[in-house]
Amino acid sequence: MTATRDRNVTGTPFTRGLGVVTLLGIALLVILGLFVSPADVTQGESVRIMYAHVPGAWLAYLAFIVTGISSAAYLWKRTRSLTWDRIAGASAEVGVLFMGISLVTGSLWGRITWGTFWTWDARLTTTAFLFVTYVGYLAVRGLGGSHHQRARRSAVLALLAVLEIPLVHFSVQLWNTLHQEASVAGRGTDVTMDGLMLFSLFLGVIVFTLMYVWLVLHRQRALALQDMVDDTGLDAALAARRAEAVA
Amino acid sequence: MSETRRAFASVRATARLIAVKDLRIERRGRVLTNQVLPFALIVMVMFAFALDSDAVLERVAPGLVWLATLFSTLFVIARSFAVESADGALDQLRTTGAPSAGIFLGKALALMIQLLALVAVLVLAAVVLYRADISWQGGVLLVTTAVAATCGLAAVGTLYGGLSAGAKGRETLLPLLVLPVVAPVLIGATRATESAFGTNGIAVGEGWPWLVLLVVFAVLFSVTGAIAFGSLLDE
Repeated sequence: MTATRDRNVTGTPFTRGLGVVTLLGIALLVILGLFVSPADVTQGESVRIMYAHVPGAWLAYLAFIVTGISSAAYLWKRTRSLTWDRIAGASAEVGVLFMGISLVTGSLWGRITWGTFWTWDARLTTTAFLFVTYVGYLAVRGLGGSHHQRARRSAVLALLAVLEIPLVHFSVQLWNTLHQEASVAGRGTDVTMDGLMLFSLFLGVIVFTLMYVWLVLHRQRALALQDMVDDTGLDAALAARRAEAVA
Repeated sequence: MSETRRAFASVRATARLIAVKDLRIERRGRVLTNQVLPFALIVMVMFAFALDSDAVLERVAPGLVWLATLFSTLFVIARSFAVESADGALDQLRTTGAPSAGIFLGKALALMIQLLALVAVLVLAAVVLYRADISWQGGVLLVTTAVAATCGLAAVGTLYGGLSAGAKGRETLLPLLVLPVVAPVLIGATRATESAFGTNGIAVGEGWPWLVLLVVFAVLFSVTGAIAFGSLLDE
């Protein structure tokens, strides 16, 4: 029996194809980003961090938006299905991962360019809060209880995050404008980008999007299998043991 | 018309009952006065050890008051829902058919009253320990700030306390969930308190705009909480 015929795997021909394309894309991005594209006039080689940092941040935001929409779809009675809940969970997991990548690469870049790992810029601070909020969201998903209990709890939490984030952003912005003189260098200045750099960045966003879809599809199916194990695992194990005893 | 009026009356009556119940439990159990308040005061003293300078303490006093409040709030929230999850009290409450918005508002109200008492003691501690100075106008601003801020904290606390009530590992989960959400309260309340204390020569008038932030926060989370609490409870 080959793995493809087995119904209990997370891969399908589509996700396999997607995976191959994604991996090829990552390889191309690495070649373009690290070797082919030129160094920046002012930032030097550190500009190459951007090809992972910017797509990571974009995709994290997209992932959290997907989590919010799926959570709303779960709470909406007509579309209530645990699939929405699993998509929300999978998307949040991948989002946290991408946001982590984005925060780490961003502070490394900041250290090289601004001379500091962190500034209390509103966008940075909000991003950090977003990260912590979704780490909390994932913790709530792991609380246990029935599947629908988990789904309900986490869906409410995801929608609360939609409420929380603009408030946090707004208040940090207020705090920032009144209490901080230092501002991010280069912001608002007119920057023209080299064509190849722009293309590499564009490719990065595409590749990260493919990677996101790939990971979420797999993760969502893995979560479904996990739920299935929770539902039938004990019964199946008992039946198997009984069958052994009979035989 | 009378239907909605009756619903509102029911919510109000439930809220009052729950709030009175929670405050009565506190009066008999004395967890706030015998455990949380001393903890908050110890935190204030520890801040002084850590910062080790009168000038610095005077400058950061407003922030320390609200930080100590936030940390203590976590304990008060945990206590508020430990009472409910023991012996399946929350399930019993649900079987009475009481409106969930009423339960939410009642618990939030009791929480807010306890937090107000806490803030009052902490401000007093700041005056004594950190040499904070309050003028008449500053006092008015401070009281308004405390009411708005504790209202927001209580709403968020009740919402997330209800969410994690009865779950495993809730003691560690609650801070992770609540602290990021209440960041705007910390920012707003600290700035408003700075002008109330006159820290760094900030005028009292400059504190009032921060109240807008606190009030928006409090209203938003009170309303959302009253709506969403039901779906967190009936599962």
